[in-house]
Amino acid sequence: MRLSYPADIKVIQVPCTGRVDILHLLNAIEDGADGVYVAGCLEGECHYIEGNLKARRKVEYVKKTLTELGIEPERVEMYNLSSAQGARFAEIASEMVGKIRELGPTPVKSTHAA
Amino acid sequence: MIVADRKSLEEILTMVKDNKKILIAGCKGCVTVCNVGGLKEVEILASSMKIARKKQGTHIDIDINVLERQCDNEYVAGVSDIIGNYDAVISLACGVGPQFLSEMYPDQTFYPGVNTTFFGGATQHGVWEERCAGCGTCAINNFGGLCPIARCAKSLMNGPCGGSSNGACEINKDTVCIWDVIVRKKMDAGKLEDLIGVRGIKNWRTARDGGPRRSIREELVQGNI
Repeated sequence: MRLSYPADIKVIQVPCTGRVDILHLLNAIEDGADGVYVAGCLEGECHYIEGNLKARRKVEYVKKTLTELGIEPERVEMYNLSSAQGARFAEIASEMVGKIRELGPTPVKSTHAA
Repeated sequence: MIVADRKSLEEILTMVKDNKKILIAGCKGCVTVCNVGGLKEVEILASSMKIARKKQGTHIDIDINVLERQCDNEYVAGVSDIIGNYDAVISLACGVGPQFLSEMYPDQTFYPGVNTTFFGGATQHGVWEERCAGCGTCAINNFGGLCPIARCAKSLMNGPCGGSSNGACEINKDTVCIWDVIVRKKMDAGKLEDLIGVRGIKNWRTARDGGPRRSIREELVQGNI
């Protein structure tokens, strides 16, 4: 299809979004990522029955934590699409990058021990 | 098990606002089972606190350690080599943990990271309910195996109050009137007469009313058996 999507995104593959952990998302934010999104299979289409539903709950948990910390919860999102939807993947990537650009750089700055 | 809820991030961050190097101590006992103070929760708290501090632009070093149990001195002693390396320690154990730690390490500052709530169990994944009040004189056999001390808002011993409505307690429609359950259970079993006798005044000296309690097992005090 030779579709292009923003180069700002680093893709990390997992066997199923059920493998994604709250800590993976938090650690990404902690390490300075401006945003993180999870691209899971369509709801009801998970090969492992509910991996994508679990991932959504974890994303919601992290959103709550970020809100508590005064950080925009929109920096973490969950999307659902099938592996056959290449065009949608590119669209989501652009959508997420656009949203993060609007929000601006992460307020989580790297600090060094005094 | 003992059930607890984690304190808000805001409260925890305020506790340690002046500290630069802290330890978060989890516990593999009850708080691991009720998903509030085990390894996962310790790691999540550590990461959340680091995010908060980075956002603030101040550095914090956070180490984590999950003790086998914080309510046993033999395990509390396991952190003796490292406990002095920190400005403060946040314990995610129940209220017992930070006290055992404070008693063993009087020079260190310990903060509770959780609010300890009750003795209970999980009625479904993510939902815990109170079942025992630790009154020190268990009599649930008289009530169909259900405890009116812990589960009746008024701890009534002789039947429901007037606030029982359609099986719910007047304090909250989601709170079951345990007396409604007890009476129905006895009716179903054809043993309602078990509840007829008037129960005397409960002796509360075995509960908290008698002051802090102590349980001594002489045979164990003398050594392992």
